[in-house]
Amino acid sequence: MRDPIATAVMANPVRSAFGPGRDGQVVVNIGPSHPATHGTIQVIAALDGEKVTRVDVHCGYLHRGFEKECESHTWTNVIPYVDRLNYCSGLINNFAYCEAVEALLDIQITPRCRYLRTLLSEYSRVADHLTCVAASLMELGAMTAFLYLVMIRDYIYEHLAALTGARVTYTYGRIGGLARDLPEGWLVRLDEILVQYEDFIGRIHGLIDRNRIFIDRTRDVGVISSTDAINWGFTGPILRSTGVPRDLRKDAPYLAYGELDFEVPVGIKGDNYDRYYVRMREMDESVHMIRQLMDALPAGPINVDDRRCVLPEKHLVYTEIESLINHFKLIMDGPQVPAGEVYTAHEAPNGELGFYLVSTGGGMPYRMHVRSPSFVHMGGVHRLLEGYQLADVIPTFGSVNMIGGECDR
Amino acid sequence: MLTAALEAMRERLRGGIGEVALVRGMLVLDVEPAVLLRTVGDLKAEHGFDLLLDITAIDWPGRTPRFDVVYHLYSTRHFLRIRLKVRVPESDPTVDSLATLFGAARFHERECHDMYGIVFRGNGDLRPILLYEGFDGHPLRKDYAKQDEQPLVRYRR
Repeated sequence: MRDPIATAVMANPVRSAFGPGRDGQVVVNIGPSHPATHGTIQVIAALDGEKVTRVDVHCGYLHRGFEKECESHTWTNVIPYVDRLNYCSGLINNFAYCEAVEALLDIQITPRCRYLRTLLSEYSRVADHLTCVAASLMELGAMTAFLYLVMIRDYIYEHLAALTGARVTYTYGRIGGLARDLPEGWLVRLDEILVQYEDFIGRIHGLIDRNRIFIDRTRDVGVISSTDAINWGFTGPILRSTGVPRDLRKDAPYLAYGELDFEVPVGIKGDNYDRYYVRMREMDESVHMIRQLMDALPAGPINVDDRRCVLPEKHLVYTEIESLINHFKLIMDGPQVPAGEVYTAHEAPNGELGFYLVSTGGGMPYRMHVRSPSFVHMGGVHRLLEGYQLADVIPTFGSVNMIGGECDR
Repeated sequence: MLTAALEAMRERLRGGIGEVALVRGMLVLDVEPAVLLRTVGDLKAEHGFDLLLDITAIDWPGRTPRFDVVYHLYSTRHFLRIRLKVRVPESDPTVDSLATLFGAARFHERECHDMYGIVFRGNGDLRPILLYEGFDGHPLRKDYAKQDEQPLVRYRR
């Protein structure tokens, strides 16, 4: 008889942690390309009837050598790459990365930039949660809810496109500031979208919150305790759904969060329903924050006045030699970042998004590592899947909101 | 507020664990490989660093020992982070696994093994995670050139 493990090595790019055939267990393979797993991920599940007894999660199908690639790009040229980590909320990646580099450069961003970054982070969080909730509802068959939510998300995407020029991959953050200031009338449209958001989110609450089918599929499914969640490194909505009010925006306020009034919603028992509800409530808090930020948005420049990282104005580049050389050096050599290392974390929609940068001085990172929440969550997701039905794999995965770009880097 | 908390924690660690540096709002500690497991166990049990954020490595070719293995921990009680660094040589890139203390260590260590070839003693599951079975080399080592190509993989049925 052939050794099953050796066969597996030949036949597969992954080696499963367990083989089929023991104790009458059936092993099924889901993914990596499967219509119901948003994101390219492979789940190998051992079944006892319909019950999942053991799960082996394989990621890496979207690995594109992000960290290696960064080591040969200037600090500025890394920004488009970080967009593509969590591509549902690229702006938060931008700002977290820029803040890490600014910490190495010892730069304080301007008040207007700080407020705009906070506003756009929260706006991105709404878009990200909308995507997550919409997709997980659709997978449970709620097509109307999906269309309502994705419609609002699309308003947000197009609104952000008016600001940044792109719907998803914005590349809007800059070291020391932002790419450009708000266009004319942007805040007026923002207000309109927030009103529409409230209208449609109200409909979702009406359709879903007390819906028998939804509750049966999500209540007491994919339960995790606070202790387990912390042990497996869970952060963000998953940790909060277990009742632990940990949120970096509150615990160690960065950007303008220290000046805002908001709550940290938590769940009761850490099941799929709680994760849905925590995300819904977080969006409301984000909208509340966006309104405060709109009212208090200070005037002034968006970029710091620092020639080490901010490009000189275009008309100066064309008229004076110092600015021309400054521009040339910044583009060709990159900003000269002093030697040192820094770890900066932001509260991304999925949890703690950390950038660990090591500089040896010069225009390119020596080492760049991303602490991506999705990757960590994949390390513990088996705790949410084991013991439940095979059909629960999909809604649980939806509620975890694995983002391939961020998980596999 | 944060600075005061950091100083207080630093003072507290001075007695139990040793002198901790303060770099850009982060506690930083160099640890000998032999005492890593005990130090992290102490940090978790005595000082409230209960969330393992991240494990990664840095390659310094030409330096002996060649690798830094870097750990980031977070305290959900004190809202502080600590960075631990362990130096391991190229000839024997082995450190103790933290999988007994933190479930989250398993995936991080698999990734670090993929990328740098660091061996985590006690982690029974160091299968490739971001790379595939049969990948040749460790791509984040500095001597792995960006344009290096992998051998062709046999057609998989």
